[in-house]
Amino acid sequence: MKKRLALLLAIVMLASMLLTACTAPDTTPKTPGEDKGKDESKAAEPTPLNFWVFEELHVAFYKDALNSWNEANPDRPVELVVESYPNAEMHNKLLIAIQSGVGAPDIVDININYFANFLMGDIQLAELNRVVDPVRQYFVESRFDIYSKNGKVYGLPTHVGATVAYYNMEILDKAGVNPDDIVTWDDFIEAGKKVKAATGIPMIAFEVSDQRPFWPMIVQRGSDYLDKDGKVILDNDINIDTLNRMYEMMYEHEIAVAMPGGKSWAEEFFPFMNSGGAASIVMPMWYMSRFLAYMPDLEGKIVIRPMPIWEEGNTRSAGIGGTGTAVTLQSKHLDLAIDFLAHAKLTKEANIRIWEMLKFDPPRWDVWDAPQLQEPHPYFGNEKIFNVMLQMKDEISSPNISDLSAAAQDVVKQNVMFRALHERSMTPEEALKAGAEELRSLENK
Amino acid sequence: MPKGSLGIKSFLYSQTVAPYIFILPFLLSFLIFFLYPTINTVYMSFHEVYGMGNMNFIGLSNYQRLFNQNFYDAIRTNTLYTFFLIIILIPLAILFATLLNIKYLRGRNFFKSVLFIPALTSIIVAGVAFRLLFGESEAAFMNSILIRLGFPAQRWAFSHSTGMLLMVSLATWKMVGIYMVYFISGLQAIPEELYESAEIDGANSISKFTRITLPLLKPIVIYALTIIIFDGYRMFGESYVFWNEGMPGNIGLTIVRYIYQQAFQRNDMGFGSAIGIVLLTIVLTINLIQLRFFGAFKKEE
Repeated sequence: MKKRLALLLAIVMLASMLLTACTAPDTTPKTPGEDKGKDESKAAEPTPLNFWVFEELHVAFYKDALNSWNEANPDRPVELVVESYPNAEMHNKLLIAIQSGVGAPDIVDININYFANFLMGDIQLAELNRVVDPVRQYFVESRFDIYSKNGKVYGLPTHVGATVAYYNMEILDKAGVNPDDIVTWDDFIEAGKKVKAATGIPMIAFEVSDQRPFWPMIVQRGSDYLDKDGKVILDNDINIDTLNRMYEMMYEHEIAVAMPGGKSWAEEFFPFMNSGGAASIVMPMWYMSRFLAYMPDLEGKIVIRPMPIWEEGNTRSAGIGGTGTAVTLQSKHLDLAIDFLAHAKLTKEANIRIWEMLKFDPPRWDVWDAPQLQEPHPYFGNEKIFNVMLQMKDEISSPNISDLSAAAQDVVKQNVMFRALHERSMTPEEALKAGAEELRSLENK
Repeated sequence: MPKGSLGIKSFLYSQTVAPYIFILPFLLSFLIFFLYPTINTVYMSFHEVYGMGNMNFIGLSNYQRLFNQNFYDAIRTNTLYTFFLIIILIPLAILFATLLNIKYLRGRNFFKSVLFIPALTSIIVAGVAFRLLFGESEAAFMNSILIRLGFPAQRWAFSHSTGMLLMVSLATWKMVGIYMVYFISGLQAIPEELYESAEIDGANSISKFTRITLPLLKPIVIYALTIIIFDGYRMFGESYVFWNEGMPGNIGLTIVRYIYQQAFQRNDMGFGSAIGIVLLTIVLTINLIQLRFFGAFKKEE
């Protein structure tokens, strides 16, 4: 049976390769910057490792890790063949390669939205406990949980993705609002009304064809789409209440708007935010890199604070999003790939580089007070950003990940948010109930 | 009986074997790339393909799962899209063909090329251009025109009606040239004498068009209808360029996108296969009804 499927998928892949004329993963390396590594390691021939990424920004980071690996391990040099594909395309390609048993890379960056797909059935990713367990205590533990199944870790985190509030001080100052006074969401709404009255600008923008800030808002209250055992809890009272409150912010208090383009990564959204279209957004820490890259006019005006809370006992953040880097069992150099990956992502130095090169919040918290991370950042109000992180180190909960995770996120992104907050064809409660119904039908299949 | 010792030569020269050797390349590609995947799709549609290579027979339950709102939404999108394509594309193509078939029209070949060139572009490239034209900001081309005319700017990709408009206009722009060529060839096959004798009988241009041109174009219209129905129901690209990772509220969710979403984005190959089989059934049924309705199966008299 497996063989049959394998043949079919191999054919599909071959055909798609011919049709789209995209480069096959096993073409000869053509990546520049490899020569340096070769010179330093005349002792051994470098082993080529194929590496797929879906985010161009990550390529330079791994190239940097490659250089330091080759310097430190002249007897086991590596040559990295990095291929970068668009997000959805890379994951489809990977799924087909893994199901057919041929063509998968040695190492691959997997988006958390899709990670659960690769933890079904006979898992074709390598177990990474050997390198994770010795350093586990220094990491935000929940970031391993999201890439684990039955206690075995299959992916290494790239960042914490701690959700924070980004306030535009230029707008808040006009209304005389101090972001340090905003502790609860009720405070946030009051501040929003002041801002709206003084400037006419909405306090916050919500994603309506994606899932933020709804997801971090329910995770900070201890809820989620799925519970720990993977059962659907999308329509529980906390979630209904949260979505109702978001609805009120938009249509009753009128302090919130839908993001242009519907999501924080739409090309329409960046100019909107850049020109002061909203006084704040609530997004994970990795969104700093988007500010730096796409919103140059906000330099010096943005400050980072913990998320407001709903009630006593809530956490002030939630770890949202993520990229788990995995080694596939198809790799011919399994040990080398795992060791290289550990070098690239688990060491202290690597975690400092994650901040320096990618502007992500590194998952290893014992580097948060390192001098490189403590340097005040001119873009973000000249503040020591990681002091905010250190304050809430134990308050970063991560969502539950199980078989239905990819589907649950799809349903929320595509139907629940849009129908309840934008189209308004359903009330928040109806939209959540309908979404939960759809997910339960998958649960019982 | 031929003797076996004559060997390869008699084998190749044999009148019964040679034809099969000539069609072998086609036969092989048909078997490997078409028949085998088709059979396998049917096979998978009765299984739960769980994770990497585990299959589990589950009877009809993939098909039972089809009775859900998302699938209905997908069918509705495809049906509306096909309907709009038929009522816009065919008349428009006939109109262009008739105009460009007028002998004394200047620059005929230039206009023919202009209308035909979009057919040669990739749907993805054309889609990117359309997405920019129909951008959400007030500075985007279509919105800036609307604002000049005194209408508010639209968020084109965020509602069902404008979403449909985007897909239909992209498809029309891209395909009208091809259908125009079909109709031009149809027009040129109509004998000149018919028009001449009609003129002698005193027919004006309009009655010549409705009494001679249209009836004689019927075979081309049937052909165009069949192709449009196929194209309409298996549409993917027109939707993919506007909402590439997923669309809000199922705007632009077509049957093929539903397959893509279930099979690849959610790793549920069995259900994806079941949707594929149902799509095949739907298209075959509609086309058979349509062909019968137009009498394509009647014997030539």
